[in-house]
Amino acid sequence: MKQRTFLALGLLVCLLLAGVASYYASAHPDGLEHVAEQTGFIDTAEDSATADSPLADYSTRGVEDARLSGGIAGVVGVVVMLLLSAGLFWGLRRRGDSVNTADEAEAEAARTHTDSRT
Amino acid sequence: MHVPDGFLDAPTSVATGVVAVAGVALALRGARRELDDRTAPMAGLVATFVFAAQMINFPVGAGTSGHLLGGALAAVLVGPWSAVLCMSVVLIVQALLMADGGITALGTNITLMALVGVWVGWGVFVLVRRLLPRRTSSVVPAAVVGALASVPAAAAVFSLLFAIGGIAPVDPGTVLGAMVTWHVVIGIGEAVVTGLVVASVVATRPDLVRGARPALETRELEIRSARR
Repeated sequence: MKQRTFLALGLLVCLLLAGVASYYASAHPDGLEHVAEQTGFIDTAEDSATADSPLADYSTRGVEDARLSGGIAGVVGVVVMLLLSAGLFWGLRRRGDSVNTADEAEAEAARTHTDSRT
Repeated sequence: MHVPDGFLDAPTSVATGVVAVAGVALALRGARRELDDRTAPMAGLVATFVFAAQMINFPVGAGTSGHLLGGALAAVLVGPWSAVLCMSVVLIVQALLMADGGITALGTNITLMALVGVWVGWGVFVLVRRLLPRRTSSVVPAAVVGALASVPAAAAVFSLLFAIGGIAPVDPGTVLGAMVTWHVVIGIGEAVVTGLVVASVVATRPDLVRGARPALETRELEIRSARR
């Protein structure tokens, strides 16, 4: 499979999980919440400072339909995640072929040097 | 396992914040070695997938649910340094956008899920991989065991932090017992999802699986008898 096809399929899976399948997820408290209820420390939990975010708790404020509200929040989340993480990792990567990197760095340094003198 | 504000006191939250910043700073250096033109888009996809998969809570009985943490999965797919960054981006977006996990607890959540989850998952994965034959098919069981171990490990570290800086006066031993028990069960779900995802990627693009690199290097050097 071509890498572009692979990435496109992966993104499609992400969108379907967050945008559609999430509606069918279990609404029960998670392990930590359950233990906190059971052993008696749930009451010290405070609302997050971002609790009034338009997407708080994976639902979209102002959208009544639960399926749509969660779906929009999921899709927006996926898009934000993709932009942030793709930007971060693309910026961190080693550029080009590792063999050429040293040459490129040298050429780049030479260019900058010339630029700064003119 | 997203810790809300108010479970742990300020000194403990500051301490985990310092640990988180140090861990992410080291990962920003380490990840450069793992990322190139081919693996950088994969790392972006893995981070996005972990975010999406974390929205799918599965029931684990007694009115309780769990979801994929994804630290072991990310480490096997893109390497542990990049995985720490994947998990950190997920946790930051969840805390800021979705109010999932507290803001003062962000350092705690990064410590538990991005540092403990990834490094325990990766460490156990590497150990198990060493015990198995050097084949790409060994990557899947090794990832499964790594995933299984990573969840109770993170739960145990939370319990330790609660023993040090828990606000509510609850017996730390009781918390530890309950946390580890429940998260062993959730860890089984983690192991199943991790196994399925790693198996699918190994089947389609084994070259994109960081944890399969040693096996692929061996395979490339394989000598086969000539067919007539």
